[in-house]
Amino acid sequence: MDALVSQLFAGLSLGSVLLLAALGLALTFGQMGVINMAHGEFMMAGAYTAFVVQKVIADAGVSLLVSLVIGFLVGGLLGLILEITLISRMYTRPLDTLLVTFGVALVLQQLARDVFGAPNVDVRAPAWLSGAVPILGVGIPRTRLFILALAIVCVVALALLLKLSPLGRRIRATVQNRDLAETSGISTRATDRLTFFIGSGVAGVAGVALTLLGSVGPTVGTNYIVDAFLVVVVGGIGQLKGAVIAAFGLGLLSAGFEYSTTASLAKVLLFVVIVAFLQVRPQGLVSVRTRSLA
Amino acid sequence: MSPRVRVWGGLVIAAVVLFGVAPALLSDFRLNLLAKFCCLAMVAVGIGLAWGRGGMLVLGQGVFFGLGGYLMAMHLKLSDAGPGGVPDFMLLYGDGTVPGWWEPFRDPVVTILAILVLPAFVATLLGLAVFKRRVRGAYFAILSQALAAAFAILLIGQQKVTGGTNGLNGFQSFFGFTLSDPVNKRMLYFIAAGVLLAMVAIVRLVMNSRYGELLVAVRDQENRVRFLGYDPALVKVVAYAIAACFAAIGGALFTPIVGIISPADVGVVPSIGFLVGVAIGGRATLLGPVLGAIGVSWAETSLSESFPSFWIYFQGALFILVVAFLPNGLATIGRLFRRRVKEPEPVPDAAPATLETAGTPT
Amino acid sequence: MSRTVQGPGPALPLSFFSERHRPLNTQSRFSTRALALPAAALVVALGVAGCGARTSDDPGADSSASSASCVDTSGDTVKIGFLNSLSGTMAISEQTVRDSLDLAAEEINADGGVLGKQLEIVAEDGASEPTVFAEKAEKLISSDCVAAVFGGWTSSSRKAMLPVFEAKDSLLFYPVQYEGLEASPNIFYTGATTNQQILPGMDYLKEQGKSKIFLVGSDYVFPRTANKEIIAWAGANDVEIVGEEYAPLGHTDFATIVNKLKGSGADAVFNTLNGDSNVAFFKEYKNVGLAADTLPVVSVSIAEEEVGGIGIDNIVGQLTAWNYYQTVDSPENATFVEAFKAKFGDERVTSDPMEAAYTSLYLWKGMVEKAESFEVGAIQEAAGGVTFDAPEGTVTVNGDNHHIAKTALIGKIGPDGLIYTEWSSDGPIEPDPFLEGYDWAEGLS
Repeated sequence: MDALVSQLFAGLSLGSVLLLAALGLALTFGQMGVINMAHGEFMMAGAYTAFVVQKVIADAGVSLLVSLVIGFLVGGLLGLILEITLISRMYTRPLDTLLVTFGVALVLQQLARDVFGAPNVDVRAPAWLSGAVPILGVGIPRTRLFILALAIVCVVALALLLKLSPLGRRIRATVQNRDLAETSGISTRATDRLTFFIGSGVAGVAGVALTLLGSVGPTVGTNYIVDAFLVVVVGGIGQLKGAVIAAFGLGLLSAGFEYSTTASLAKVLLFVVIVAFLQVRPQGLVSVRTRSLA
Repeated sequence: MSPRVRVWGGLVIAAVVLFGVAPALLSDFRLNLLAKFCCLAMVAVGIGLAWGRGGMLVLGQGVFFGLGGYLMAMHLKLSDAGPGGVPDFMLLYGDGTVPGWWEPFRDPVVTILAILVLPAFVATLLGLAVFKRRVRGAYFAILSQALAAAFAILLIGQQKVTGGTNGLNGFQSFFGFTLSDPVNKRMLYFIAAGVLLAMVAIVRLVMNSRYGELLVAVRDQENRVRFLGYDPALVKVVAYAIAACFAAIGGALFTPIVGIISPADVGVVPSIGFLVGVAIGGRATLLGPVLGAIGVSWAETSLSESFPSFWIYFQGALFILVVAFLPNGLATIGRLFRRRVKEPEPVPDAAPATLETAGTPT
Repeated sequence: MSRTVQGPGPALPLSFFSERHRPLNTQSRFSTRALALPAAALVVALGVAGCGARTSDDPGADSSASSASCVDTSGDTVKIGFLNSLSGTMAISEQTVRDSLDLAAEEINADGGVLGKQLEIVAEDGASEPTVFAEKAEKLISSDCVAAVFGGWTSSSRKAMLPVFEAKDSLLFYPVQYEGLEASPNIFYTGATTNQQILPGMDYLKEQGKSKIFLVGSDYVFPRTANKEIIAWAGANDVEIVGEEYAPLGHTDFATIVNKLKGSGADAVFNTLNGDSNVAFFKEYKNVGLAADTLPVVSVSIAEEEVGGIGIDNIVGQLTAWNYYQTVDSPENATFVEAFKAKFGDERVTSDPMEAAYTSLYLWKGMVEKAESFEVGAIQEAAGGVTFDAPEGTVTVNGDNHHIAKTALIGKIGPDGLIYTEWSSDGPIEPDPFLEGYDWAEGLS
């Protein structure tokens, strides 16, 4: 029973990590069809932001909250720069953006290595996040609860933004029918740019959150990028709902596989499940209805 | 110059360089490096067909490269162990018995057949599963990338039968020829160069066939091809299988030439690495991928010797600049320039460029 | 099967490759002639080259015949090769080894060199890939003609280089602890083998009254082989192994593995995780409320270098098993640490693999001077019994298996991030890579 509860939570927690990593991707990939391989490096930038902020603000609690904000801005700005300089030139060639952003990822990674050094750096967790909270008789780490909460906050905030704000309306219109949105007077270019800013910003936030769980080093982003893409593929594009369900679904499934087999085999099994799933629903869990053949 | 003359000329020059100039000028060590580059170029030729001509961004060619390499390595290990013998690493990590599915590869003929057929078969199955359901564009790219990741993890996890992260190495002989003899290493180089040229010729044949035209049509307007009564999935599967087969042959030759095959050669990063040369050389051209792959590998070996971190910046920058601004690769730099002079307007658009994400209106 | 099939049916026309249907493109006709050139080339190539040695030709024609050494010792310098990963995932660790090798070379040169010859370093990057290690090793031996190569870290890099050094009959000095079960005449192992690090670690846990041990490691050769040996050891020592878990390299989520650990009833953990995974593991370990005083973890891949990245808070009080710590109290070590900090900066720390690499260069010097020659055969002959007063204490080369006798040290990680010796073996332990001196180890190799 204990094992079941803690495993259930491990799955939810992994899901929340995947969700944070994939949320920004779902936004940019969903709206623009841009495959941003540098997304992981934006997460890395967020993680290093947490490190730098902690150098300035000694109190781990305050610095964490400050880093969440700055991490969003750093990630967002990097995204904005990438969008303006490269991606905006390549909207008609979405597959090529994958390669270009891979090049960007290589450069950013090496840059981090040269600036901060190859070894991992340490970001301390605040005292109020250390230790575990007993839930249903099982000790659940506070850091994981915090990340779960953060993921939920991010999803809700994004959902509200998309549903209620004028920007959200423009984004949805652009996703659903770019040409019609354009003719209705929406500047799709400006919308794209803002979407990219927000999506990349969320990656920065994810990077800050990950410092609570894992290492902070040049390769921190690459560890998550493939999984994050799989979440987006399974979730389908155009709506956040898909990404949320896919992230938690894959998280639970992965934790279940890992508990009953091994961590290595779990990854392979997960891939098999995903290919099988795409046989049934090639467009992912949720997709915007269109009249296209694909 | 007609395209035909150009292609023939290119092939003749390539043959002269590979068979005449290179062996005469290069030391044994450098020649062996060139042989390795030829193996990588074989993968690139296949990618050129699948990606440049077919529009399928194959991010997981490491899987097929690895399949070929491991199949060959299994045979070499078994033949070194002698009839009924057990490869050294199995004694070390396993229970000292050869698993049943290894046994067939004691036979050289079975091994060669498996290298030619098995990866192509896997690609066909996977391709049918994916393309029939009209999964394409970015979705296919991400899936093939995940496949490479999963394959590498699987190889690492099954240490008792695959050697784990160590991979398989320490081969003594290649179909009866001692590998430590420089003359035999030279022979391997000639085989690699010959196979590479043969592949280029085959791709030329395919590109200019009716099928080749259909493939380009599928790349550019899949739905129109469908309306004409063809099944785009089958068209794509053929190109994907050919690319897989080429990658496997490259891997199979890579193993004895380099002397090792390990999961580090098959995962996500090397799989993307295969694309670098293709993108830079010119994905849709015949010789572009070959020259690109050899050139990039050569640059990597020589530049990374003295400036390891500089090499990564260089590789990244090359990737960004070439793909963003020269989508047809360096092969087209001259053509681009000529066209700019004549008519400043058109930017080359050979990229398979419709918004191919599922759910997006076309 | 005809081309009139409508809709997306399985209609791939049979005539795809036919020459007759060619409505779209008429200018480029292609025939099977295209294959003639490469095919002919292939035949010629096979004809030209098909005269190499066959394995069946002459059983006595061994590889060394074909690879005469090209080492040039006529001048007043001698070349040696350093081969470490300066890029890729292992750069973190291997850069430190390269630094201490540089230090040793500088000291030796300042001291008059080896046999009066100054060392000339040829440095190469292994790029964290076994394939590259094999390629660069070959380059160093055949193209640069170095007298010996120093480097390698992962087991896979060593295994990849081993056949190269044996085929070319050259020398590799490998400075990292490893899983044992290997001894090549062409490799000198200056790190610990199993009975100098892992077994003392287990003995120590047993001495502390621990009887239920959980094994966690990265999914690769070193942890799997080490754990195989530990399990055999446990069977003979009344110690129960209550769990064995592996995480893929680069694995970042340890919730499940730590859950399994918690539920296993273990009273100690033996950790062979590598790299980044250690950070995620120890953060999770601390967050679920596990601590060093109740459930200690003995790690064999965490040295002074790694402690900072994991976070001292997360790992303070945990145990490590090595043969050297920066805090070792000896005049040789004081000199070494001081020289290293002077060259690379005061914030740098020294660790076991760095010390082993530093020692390896001096051991090679000792061997060359004893042999009075740079020749591989002479060095192999002279190697046995060569000693060096290393920072870790005096070490001696074993002439039979080319490992060195070392003292095992169990250390505890202190609040300052350094590791302090908690327990040490009674003097240097003779290397026993195949564990021949242990009954329980029968059948392992």
